[in-house]
This record gives sequence, C-alpha cells and structure tokens, in this order.
Amino acid sequence: MSGRVLVGVKRVIDYAVKIRVKPDNSGVVTDGVKHSMNPFCEIAVEEAVKLKEKKFIKEVVAVSCGPQQAQETIRTALAMGADRGIHVEVTGKDYDTLGPLQVSKIFAALAKKEDAQLLILGKQAIDDDCNQTGQMTAALLDWPQGTFASEVSLEGDKIKVVREIDGGLETIKINTPAVLTADLRLNTPRYATLPNIMKAKKKKIAQVKPADLGVDITSRLEVLRVDEPPQRLAGVTVETVDDLVAKLKESGTI
Amino acid sequence: MFPASRYSSKAHRCIRALQTVQVEHAAPQLYATLNTRRTCSSVSTPRITTHYTVHSRDKDSRWEGVEMERFADEADVVIVGGGPAGLSAAIRLKQLANEHEKELRVCLVEKASQIGAHTLSGACLEPSALTELIPDWKERGAPLNTPVTEDVFSILTEKHRIPVPILPGLPMVNHGNYIVRLGNFVRWLGEQAEELGVELYPGYAAAEVLFHEDGSVKGIATNDVGISKDGSPKDVFERGMELHAKVTLFGEGCHGHLAKQLYKQFNLRENCEPQTYAIGLKEVGGIRRKVLSHSVGWPLNRHTYGGSFLYHLNEGEPLVALGFVVGLDYSNPYLSPFREFQRWKHHPFVAATLEGGTRIAYGARALNEGGFQSIPKLTFPGGLLIGCSPGFMNVPKIKGTHTAMKSGMLAAEAVFPKITAESLDSETTGLHAPEYAETLKNSWVWKELHAVRNIRPSFHNYFGLYGGMAYTGVFYWIFRGKEPWTLKHCGLDANQLKPAKDCTPIEYPKPDGKLSFDLLSSVALSGTNHEGDQPPHLTLKDDSVPVSRNLSIYDGPEQRFCPAGVYEYVPLETGEGMRLQINAQNCVHCKTCDIKDPSQNINWVVPEGGGGPAYNGM
Repeated sequence: MSGRVLVGVKRVIDYAVKIRVKPDNSGVVTDGVKHSMNPFCEIAVEEAVKLKEKKFIKEVVAVSCGPQQAQETIRTALAMGADRGIHVEVTGKDYDTLGPLQVSKIFAALAKKEDAQLLILGKQAIDDDCNQTGQMTAALLDWPQGTFASEVSLEGDKIKVVREIDGGLETIKINTPAVLTADLRLNTPRYATLPNIMKAKKKKIAQVKPADLGVDITSRLEVLRVDEPPQRLAGVTVETVDDLVAKLKESGTI
Repeated sequence: MFPASRYSSKAHRCIRALQTVQVEHAAPQLYATLNTRRTCSSVSTPRITTHYTVHSRDKDSRWEGVEMERFADEADVVIVGGGPAGLSAAIRLKQLANEHEKELRVCLVEKASQIGAHTLSGACLEPSALTELIPDWKERGAPLNTPVTEDVFSILTEKHRIPVPILPGLPMVNHGNYIVRLGNFVRWLGEQAEELGVELYPGYAAAEVLFHEDGSVKGIATNDVGISKDGSPKDVFERGMELHAKVTLFGEGCHGHLAKQLYKQFNLRENCEPQTYAIGLKEVGGIRRKVLSHSVGWPLNRHTYGGSFLYHLNEGEPLVALGFVVGLDYSNPYLSPFREFQRWKHHPFVAATLEGGTRIAYGARALNEGGFQSIPKLTFPGGLLIGCSPGFMNVPKIKGTHTAMKSGMLAAEAVFPKITAESLDSETTGLHAPEYAETLKNSWVWKELHAVRNIRPSFHNYFGLYGGMAYTGVFYWIFRGKEPWTLKHCGLDANQLKPAKDCTPIEYPKPDGKLSFDLLSSVALSGTNHEGDQPPHLTLKDDSVPVSRNLSIYDGPEQRFCPAGVYEYVPLETGEGMRLQINAQNCVHCKTCDIKDPSQNINWVVPEGGGGPAYNGM
C-alpha cells in the first residue's frame, strides 16, 4: 500500500455571504464575492491529517478543480497539514458547467495515477448540495465507499466507518482502497495558522489539465435559468375557527 | 433520566438539546452569584466580557499547562492593515527596493479574509496620489471607471431641495475625480503589491504590539485562535505568530485598536486635539439615472453635523452607491444614524432616483473628522502611523483616500534609506524615523489639511449648519483658509451626549421594505460573520457599567448607534431589570461603539482573523 491519501477540496462561496442572482438569470454573482473552502472539505482534510499524525498513512495530497483561485483553497489545505497539492485547471465556461460527474471522473483518474490508498471528500458542497461526487467516484473506481462518516478507524487493511444515517448510526467495515465522505461530526478542523501558511508556500502544487488525465469534462446538463426563491407571502391572522375554515375553502385546500 | 434507548434518534437529539438548555440556564445564575460575592453590589450582573485582554490568562486555572510559546519570524518591514495607506506604503517600499537593487522583506497583515473585504467608502477618489505612485494605472487596469461629470449639492428640507451652486474653488468641486468602488480599488492595489513581491496575509489580524527591552516597537503578534466563548482553550487552540521587523507601519484605518494602545504607550496625543469622528452608512443598489449628489439638512437638524452622498457607478450593471454620514458629536442619545439614513431615502428627490432599484449591499464605518487639529505625533521608536489611523481626511471634500495613500508613500520613502543603510542609524533597537513627519509637513497633504482646518469646527455655533456654510463661503472660498486663527473642536465625541431625560425621543418611520429597510436584513447583506465560539471582541472594562450608567442615564445609546445591532438591552431571565446582550457575530468593525460610548467602557479588540464583513466592492 502506498500510504497515500487524496483529499478533494472545493472552493465555494462563503456560507455567511448573501447570495445574489445575476441580472441575466444565468447564475449567481461570484465576482469579488468572499469564497472559502467548503466546510465538509475542511473536515475531510482534518481527518486525513489526523490519520497521518497517527501514522496510519504517509502522505496527504490535496486536490482541487477550478480556475487560478482554487490554488488558494489548496494552500489552506497545505497549511492544515497536507503535503502537496494538485490543481486541476478548469476555467471559464467549462468551470461554470463542472459538476459531480466530471469531478468524479477526474478524481478516479488521479486516484489511479497517484496509487492512492484512500480518497476522502466532504459529503457535499454547500453551493450545489449534490452529495454525489464521493459515491460516483467509488463506482467509477469500483471501490467500497464509507459515506456520511462520523468516525473512521483503520484496522489493518480494512476501515471501520461509523455512518450517520436517518435511523441513527451504522457501523460498517470496508476494504481498502476506499472512498470516504466526511460528515459534520467527524472532527473539528484545525485553524490554518500563519506560520503554517508561510510554510505552505514552500510546498508544491502541481498543475494538470483534465485532458492530461484523459477526462472529457463536457457537461451533460444545461442550466436554463437561475431564479431567487419566491418571496414568502405574508400570512393572514384569522379570528375564529369558522374564519379559518372559510379561508381554507376559499383557497381550495379543502 | 429518561430511558433514552427506547426513543427514536430524533427524540434522542431532542432530549440531549433540552438537557443542554437546562445546563445553560444554570450558568448565568452561577456567574451572577459569583459576581455579587466579588463586587458586593446589590444588582447581580451576568458576566459579559470573557476576553483575555480584560481577564488575564496568567491567573486563570483553565490555562494552566497550555503551551503559550509563539513562533516568530523576521521581516524588514511589517505593515498592519491592507487598506489604501498600507498597500501604498508596501508598493512604494518594493518600488524603491527594485530601483536600488536591494532585497527587502515586506509583510502585510490584514484582518479581513481577503484584501478589500473590510473596505468601505463613498467614494470619490482624487487620483493625485495614485498617479504619483503608479503613473500607468490606467494601462494596468485600475478600476477607476466612472469619471465625475456632473455634480449637485443641495440643502434638503422635509419635502423640498434647495440647490447650492458649486462655485470653482469650493472644497466639494469634483472635476478630474473618479467615483470608485474602493473595495475593488484596494483589491487592485493588493494585486499590484503582490506582483512586486509584497507578502500579503489576509485573514490574520494583528492583535498585540511587541516591544524590545528598550521600549521600542519590535513588531506585532497575530491573534490566537481556538479560544471558546467563555475564555477557556479549545482543542484547536493555537497561539498567534510573532512578526518582528526593523520598523512597523500601523495603517489600521479610522480608530485602530493598536493605535489606541500606542497613543497611550508613547504619549502621542499630548499636543493635539482629541480626534472627532462621524459614522458613514452605505448601501449599493440598482438604479437607472446618472447622478452625483451631496446633500445636507433634512433629516438632521442644523446642530447635528452630517449629510448624504449619491453616486452612480458606471460598471456593467447600472448601480448607485448611496450613503449617509452623521457626526458622532451629536448630543441626543435617541438619535439612530441607521434610521436617519433609512428616513433620508424617502425624501422625494432621493426616492425618485432610487425608484425601482434593488438593494444589493450594506455596510458602515466610522470616519475621521478632526483633520489638522487632531493629527497626533506620527512616529515613535520602532514604528509609525499612516493613513486614516492618525487621520488625514479632508472633511469638507469628504476625501481621505488620496491623503492616506500619500502618507503611506512618504512613510515608505522615509523608512527605506534607514533600513537599507549599512549600519542601523537609530538610538533604539526599533527604528525611529521622525523624517516621515517632516516630509509630511512639507507635502501637499499638510497644505491641503491646513487650508480646510477651520471648516468643520465652524459648525459649532448657534446657527449650526448655516453658520458653518457661511464661514466656509467667506474664509475658504475667498480667503483660501489663510486666516491666522485655528478653531478648536469640542472635545471627545463620547462626552457630547446629553442625559436622556433632557432630550426628546425621535419618532422614526417604519421601514417599508422597498426604499427603507430594517436593521437585521441590512446586517445580513453585509455578509458579516464571526466564529461563534470565541470571546466577544467588544470588551467591557466593567460589565456593570452598561446597565448602571449607559442605560440609566443615556437610555442605552449603543442600541441605536451601532449599525449592526450588536448591542441589545434585554430583560433579565429573573424578570427584574435589564442586561446588555452583545451579539458580537453581527459586528461590522465600524468602531463607532469604541468612539461614542459615553462611559468609554467599550474597548473594541480584534476578533479571530477572517471574521467581519464580506464587502464586495464597497
């Protein structure tokens, strides 16, 4: 086993920023808007670094797909403890239409190329909320998947994953190599402190293009229109139960 | 307590949440009794301030054994603050280094998560300093996209507008200037700086000034991270980092918190007047017309200094930047600058301009109004002050960016020969560069500020606004500020409030959701956020003062002057009396509370870096 872990990190609009739809309804405004690393990706990086500190794995490689600014996100991962980074360059229109299917193809290709033992991703991105990349990558690689992980422990060449599911918690044991996706309670990510950011400047970030990996990133989806959610209409206070029934009848509900 | 295993996980979580709430309720009462035992007061004050600057960690048992050693690094120059002044100084230093073929390590720390995210201004930029710094700014794509074409100045009454002619020679002539989104301009300056090799570190706040043995400034330390809300260390606690430098430039902007400490430490304010301030609130929205307008008058009365601006922006989608400035020397504690701003938008002239547009941004920041009389001593062993921190704003022109940039450039020019000299020409280990103050006094900055020095103080007369305008007309327009006397300001803004019982509450109209808006939806638009589990960075020297003094004498003016709803007086859980609730997460780093608190009990310190507003081109 190579002892290498790939961690996918995505640069998304910061969760506290108010999203605005572009005047031409083609998407949301991203120019100059504050971006940061997807919170679930931070948790994924933290888990990978923890595994390295516990000596279960040897190397953590942070991967991000996007334009030049994606390198800032990779740098944050490097400052948290990743050893090196890979920036998959996707720009312009290609970046606007980049979705889970293409990203999972890229990750699958990289996992094979880097001979990765483990691929850790955040469970979903907070901008598209897809929750698909981890699962698709596992399928493409034909690897087992431990998704919604709230606890991960390596036992020999198997991994014990405690998963958060609707009914509670499910514990599974899967073989390596595997894909894990991080859920909220997996860990508390460490801060990327300034001395580590300075050290991270010396760590390498390799640049590749999707074509170099043999991946076709044309999208099978076309975004027709983006709209703000409809304004919530004001409610009406009714005085008596009869009024309520009358109003419900009026609106056709009963 | 409950046989939880028999319940579904949803109920499980519910029960756990309820148990947490019960524990939380117990805590304030515990603190309250602790406080009463210590202060022996009859009123129990729930604990508000947990920051280590007020409650030292040396004697705190929770901090025993925690590693407090800091990693340190050396640079030639450290600059605190990535605004126009700091970036201009950085750029100038690197330009000089390249000219003279010297190696220079310049590090700049900025508390915002990205350069420009905490920048807020009107803004009408005078390109004089920019042209001196980067003559080919146009070719390099500086975002000066909207040259000033027309300019309107009016006095507003409740329903009407009295136009005032802008005669050439008056300070508000804007020919040759550009309307800019200062945040975008600052971001562009940051790119220029990085290209020249300046090390920019946004997201890291300078929290502490470091000193050599001989008392000179050694550098700064960035903020610690991972302290929880009650002041105890979390698992992810890490100490900040020390950045040592031969000389440190402090460009924190208006009312910087480190500058506040430096004034005391080096007695920099002994020969100048106290700084006076105003608060500026700004919004950006969609619009259809071209306009550049300033107004005074309604809704402020003639004794409250302030006014508005309305600038169209020629940048892709049609936008307008609008804002309202209120002098913080106002006396009525019931005045709310935010609500005056919202009210002003309903004036027929303004409403007609804004009709049909949607608001896309909101923010606020304090600005300097003291001008010439309030400039402190600018240099001290190991450091110097640049930009709006000491305060070089030309108040009647309402422009401070060009003078801030020039001060940064002059600082760089003064410091460069000293740090690259063969031997360190300084008595103290931290470099002292009094040449900076000398060159500033001989520059156009000084001449400009001297000429307009009497305009702002001239408003302190019986006729208020009208007296001030008359004075400006005579002494500035005709005599160019050459009168031999220098008028004084009125003292600290915090001391100008009258007790609530001597003032009338102001009836503000309710926001209509189309032109005017409520406070909380405005704060949401600023994109401000802070890590929730950290000590509130709005620290109180004495937790009991807000209720015993601010609320009882002045009816809690902080609930009104804070443009982000940080301060709220809420009833105590026990039912009797009120307590101050500090919603630190809302803070937009405007510094108004530190300035205007009548008890001067609030001390704004820097929160974890990266927190604060997320302005985009404000």
